[in-house]
Amino acid sequence: MTDDLRRRVDDLLKQHDPATTDRLDFLRARFDAGLAWVHYPEGLGGLGLPRAMQSVVDEPLAKAGAPDNDPRRIGIGLGMAAPTILTFGTEEQKQRFLRPLWTGEEVWCQLFSEPGAGSDLAALSTRAVRDGDSWVVNGQKVWTSVAHKARWAILVARSDPEQPKHAGLTYFVCDMTDPGVEVRPLRQITGEAEFNEVFLTDVRIPDENRLGKVGDGWRVAMGTLMNERVAIGGGAAPRESGMIGVVADTWRKHPEVRTPAAHDRLLSLWAEAEVARLTGTRLRQKLASGEPGPEGSAMKLMFARLAQQLSSLELELLGEEGLRYSDWTMVRPEIVEFIGRDAGYRYLRAKGNSIEGGTSEVLRNIIAERVLGLPPEHRDDKDVPWKDLPR
Amino acid sequence: MSADVNLLYTDVEDSLRDSVRSLLDDRCPAERVIANYDGDTSLGPELWRALAADLGLAGLLVPEDLGGQGASAREAAVVLEELGRFAAPAPFLTSAVIATTVARRAEESGLVSALASGTTTAALAVPFSAGPATFGSDVLRFDDGLRGNVSSVAGALEADVLLVPVPTETGFEVHKVDRDQVTMEPVVSLDMTRQLADIDLTGAASTLLIDATDGATAVRDALELGAALLASEQLGVAEWCLESTVAYLKERRQFGRIVGGFQAIKHRLADLWVEVESARAAARYAAATAAEGDPDRQVATALAQAYCSGAAVHAAEQCVQLHGGIGMTWEHPAHLYLKRAKADQLAFGTAEGHRATLAGLVDLPV
Repeated sequence: MTDDLRRRVDDLLKQHDPATTDRLDFLRARFDAGLAWVHYPEGLGGLGLPRAMQSVVDEPLAKAGAPDNDPRRIGIGLGMAAPTILTFGTEEQKQRFLRPLWTGEEVWCQLFSEPGAGSDLAALSTRAVRDGDSWVVNGQKVWTSVAHKARWAILVARSDPEQPKHAGLTYFVCDMTDPGVEVRPLRQITGEAEFNEVFLTDVRIPDENRLGKVGDGWRVAMGTLMNERVAIGGGAAPRESGMIGVVADTWRKHPEVRTPAAHDRLLSLWAEAEVARLTGTRLRQKLASGEPGPEGSAMKLMFARLAQQLSSLELELLGEEGLRYSDWTMVRPEIVEFIGRDAGYRYLRAKGNSIEGGTSEVLRNIIAERVLGLPPEHRDDKDVPWKDLPR
Repeated sequence: MSADVNLLYTDVEDSLRDSVRSLLDDRCPAERVIANYDGDTSLGPELWRALAADLGLAGLLVPEDLGGQGASAREAAVVLEELGRFAAPAPFLTSAVIATTVARRAEESGLVSALASGTTTAALAVPFSAGPATFGSDVLRFDDGLRGNVSSVAGALEADVLLVPVPTETGFEVHKVDRDQVTMEPVVSLDMTRQLADIDLTGAASTLLIDATDGATAVRDALELGAALLASEQLGVAEWCLESTVAYLKERRQFGRIVGGFQAIKHRLADLWVEVESARAAARYAAATAAEGDPDRQVATALAQAYCSGAAVHAAEQCVQLHGGIGMTWEHPAHLYLKRAKADQLAFGTAEGHRATLAGLVDLPV
């Protein structure tokens, strides 16, 4: 299996020399050769192989200087939209969307959260009303990364207000170039506007861009969010990647900041970060089938806590330098960046890690209820038609 | 680290776990473990006969041509998880892991075969708190025998043979001393399920087992393996604490509600579950790298001890607290696990000590 895969990589490189082939042409050829994501089905950029075999492709391609699809720029497409389309999409939708999604020709964003529906996502009020072969959507979404760059969005909207909140939702692919879509920057505590507010006014979505059945939006969205938590919780990474690597470097470069007390704190966090990494490795070995479960919530919880504690320690280690901040000017970054810029930015940005993609409090409920089988929270609103809920 | 280290349990490991657990379910009831604190120590020898002979665990780590099972540290780790789950008073760690690892360095294999068969049980005569980086010995060899004392030795009370590190000008020799050559004083121990002993070696006749060129390495490697695998015992302790607490809180009612439904409790248990799963990854990595002689095994051991020792204590403390009053009673087994966890935390060096070791290994100097 491995030999066959290597041969396919060699063939790709032979037929499309990275040195002389246009970047996009190469990426399209790679997708068509089934070497984009080998665990996807044949014809959709994969070969139906175990996810772990991706490294057999990635390593020789990187060595040959082949271009990649700049995964950090299209994280939402790769991590959330693609697995959802693969699981719930029609054959036509898979054929239409997955290739340009993977090559990065089309950037994706996510229209889930609303000002009145954060942790309680199922309470969302953006309406989708059926009109012949299409749907008319009105509402406001928030916390949308890269909406200003996106060609498509995954969208959850309320299709039936007579149903209880979880039952009346439907999942769509929304065209971000529709004239009814207005994107406004949402400035955050770092000074940047990495996110957006998105206003939807009479946006028309053809019914063929619905993902899953009418009224099945909650189930589809849960699949997406499980994937998001796995994505945020981190993929396979070498020792000292991420925040711990930054702080360890600071420690090594600055002998003058070292004290015994700070040393023990650093080593405790180093150990926790390394154990979290091993826990992620173990989780991935367990999920060889690729189905994210509630365990992904555990990884995200750990990741958020460590990012916050480590970035906090880093500022303290820097002393006087920690009092300075690079730039408060509002900029519009193209990628979600937890590590970049300076220590002050890292400290502030890490505060979002325990909020975005499921707050740590909600994740603890999920673990307690779905893994440990403890009683669910009281939910008086669960069986009431959405239109009758107090708001 | 090597990317392909398997952190899961193999089928062979699962089936070994099943047989150990079913034996302990039958023969290691909590009330008989608690009896060790009231002077009835009859469970230990019975249990060890069954584990050593019926399941062949005494020779688990011994090669087949010496009469053992030829298994690796991975399987030994699974046995320790189960022993931890029962806070079982059995000298598996001290004899079948540590003393056996020392004995395998000796030129002659008689002792190893005797250990493998379970007819002989041995202990390394160092304090239970001594770690691979910190062990020492004041025992000296004279013409008329050894002289010196070793305090707080684990597994000594069960041992027929003691392996005694004796410092020389160039390192350590390891001497073999028969039990009847020494005076042994049982210690009233924090953890009576692994009762310690003070040993007076004055005048003890000994035979040289390992000479000074190899002795220090033999002892250090054995303590290193002991520390690596203790993490799995700590995992077993933590696992029992979490499971029994969750089970209790699904039954227990106060204020007309199942106590496990209060969010303050749910969140603590969720965090504890994350901690136990993290301890599992750390313990598995330590066992797997020890089994394969992986170059990263020292990092793995220090990491596992730095993490799992605290995780077990935390789980046991939560177990007592979340059981409320019943968790504070003599008849409820929670205290067995609290005492085992706290004693294990001090064994083979403290978490701070292991973090200091880590600092050296991963280039984070103070």
